[in-house]
Amino acid sequence: MKILVAIKQVPERDAQIGIAADGRWIDESDLNYTINEPDAYALEEALQLKEKNGGEVVVMCAGPERAASTLREALAKGADRAIHIEAEDLGERDTLGVAQVLADAARDEAPDLILTGLQSEDLGLGQTGVVLAELLGIPHATIIMQVEKTDTGLRVKRELEDGWFQHVEMPLPALLTIQSGGNKLRYATLMGIKKAKTKETKTVQAAATASPSITLERVYLPEKQKKTEMLTGTPDEVATKLVEKLKFEVRVI
Amino acid sequence: MSGVLVVMEQRGGVWNRMSFEALAAGQQLAAKLGMECSGAVIGEDVDAFVTELAGKKLAKVFAVQHALLKDYTSDGYVAALKSLVKQVEPAYVVLPHTYQVRDFAPALATRFRQALISDVIAIHDGPVFVRQLLQGKLNADYKLTGAGPCFVSVQAGTFRAEAVEEGAAAVESFAPQLEASQIRSKPGELFREAAHTVDLGAASVIVSVGRGIGEQENIGIVEELAAALGAELAASRPICDNGWLPMERQVGSSGQTVAPKLYLAIGISGAIQHLVGMKGSKTVIAINKDENAPIFEVADYGVVGDLFEVVPALTKAVLAAKG
Ligand SMILES: Cc1cc2nc3c(=O)[nH]c(=O)nc-3n(C[C@H](O)[C@H](O)[C@H](O)COP(=O)(O)OP(=O)(O)OC[C@H]3O[C@@H](n4cnc5c(N)ncnc54)[C@H](O)[C@@H]3O)c2cc1C
Ligand SMILES: Nc1ncnc2c1ncn2[C@@H]1O[C@H](COP(=O)(O)O)[C@@H](O)[C@H]1O
Repeated sequence: MKILVAIKQVPERDAQIGIAADGRWIDESDLNYTINEPDAYALEEALQLKEKNGGEVVVMCAGPERAASTLREALAKGADRAIHIEAEDLGERDTLGVAQVLADAARDEAPDLILTGLQSEDLGLGQTGVVLAELLGIPHATIIMQVEKTDTGLRVKRELEDGWFQHVEMPLPALLTIQSGGNKLRYATLMGIKKAKTKETKTVQAAATASPSITLERVYLPEKQKKTEMLTGTPDEVATKLVEKLKFEVRVI
Repeated sequence: MSGVLVVMEQRGGVWNRMSFEALAAGQQLAAKLGMECSGAVIGEDVDAFVTELAGKKLAKVFAVQHALLKDYTSDGYVAALKSLVKQVEPAYVVLPHTYQVRDFAPALATRFRQALISDVIAIHDGPVFVRQLLQGKLNADYKLTGAGPCFVSVQAGTFRAEAVEEGAAAVESFAPQLEASQIRSKPGELFREAAHTVDLGAASVIVSVGRGIGEQENIGIVEELAAALGAELAASRPICDNGWLPMERQVGSSGQTVAPKLYLAIGISGAIQHLVGMKGSKTVIAINKDENAPIFEVADYGVVGDLFEVVPALTKAVLAAKG
């Protein structure tokens, strides 16, 4: 089975986020980047499927030059090849525009299965995978926790709200958006890091797309709605104040 | 193109209550734009739902019915709604941001060469649609630049279902053309994992731990605080994903919904999927080193600080107070 995994590079979670001078995106100058967490689970699922059923795992990422480091990390974890779709203008594209360049690369590869994360941590659209499937004309299923290959295609476990699940059967080729927590993530080994240096990364330029149907106009800090009473002081002082609240207002002590 | 069309969600004869939040959003958007608002329900037999909707302030209620729409499939819903939207020609299509909508709405929008504006938390004049970035750390304003129709999904809890305006609506049935061969995937029955051994829903005090705890070995300090308070221990999703605490202790949209007297959130950022599971708590206390963490938006009391200093101090103070 040939599996293509779409991974996105996003700011590290604990990063201090500032707003860019033009007010339309975050200030990227001092940020460190990493793999989008659900995409790490998508990669893990792909690697485990390959271990069980054989085949190839190809990772692809659309992004600026810095995205190459995230692809290298995926190669170190065990992906066979990487495709870097170089695009400096992702911010000006809508979901359709981003999915379009991923679809171009996917068409060339003709994989049996495409995995994406269910949602990116920066834009949080939760859409790119579904749009990609639609552009390629293949079936999809979202928020997937488990994937099993069957004689006719796939049987997947879909997460629903409130602790409910559902199995879905589907033919291949197909696209799945992967939820976190289905597998335990592996670390790259020293051996893997060494081997990654010999693996192929193909760099292609992203094609221009139609003008976007929606645009991001402005980015800003959310206005505080709620009057939270902030307790300040040394840890011991804060603890004393909290205990007062717990005793006399919340009444749980 | 004119008007707002709200697509409601039902499953197995039961509304998804978020549908009424979307309906309120649709009515308010329509009023802002001086347009009419209509609603649609999809399924094999949706008469009972349609009767209820006919009592709302809507221009029309569309009953989208077909035997192939009995169980939800993305293929069936996308095909049916595509033909409905083509016929009705709304300027805006509003949906609740549910798991089902996440599954089909991006594909539906793509059929019209539009991008869905997902998970919207406010609609201002313009219209300007507000979404969250970076899990709630920032807000972003989006505007429509394409030809439409504009597809919008609204976040849980943003609009109030009670705000839906009553009225009277004409019912119209809509029978989409569907073939069994169009539906490529086969959905199975819904199921739940083995019964929970802890019922967080019944707990009156919950101490909940998030990724700020850093490592599994550190969870002990939170357990000690929970023990001192006689509280149940709960967690955000990444803690359970990592296997640091069992899945059944997860609070949120895909975990348990809780409403204790006190919810103490430690090292939890406050992503919407977590908040929907705990915002019914009577009192919320948050301890987080980031003063801009969204959890403070739902907290009654907040401590900006390092949990590794604050939590042990609090445990000590609680034990001392209890004597
Ligand atoms: C479909 C879907 C369903 C989901 N379902 C759920 C769900 O049911 N439940 C759920 O919780 N999540 C769910 N999520 C995930 C959710 O979006 C968030 O990713 C998750 O809630 C984040 O968990 P967290 O707050 O523990 O981690 P983070 O977002 O990483 O936050 C960690 C916090 O700890 C703080 N911190 C770090 N170090 C310290 C320190 N030393 N002292 C004090 N504070 C510190 C940081 O400032 C930060 O705010 C779901 C996501 C999706 C897409
Ligand atoms: N620029 C990109 N390059 C590769 N994959 C991407 C990119 N943007 C989004 N994706 C994939 O689409 C998923 C959903 O992203 P989003 O729709 O932004 O929430 C991510 O988890 C990735 O798997």
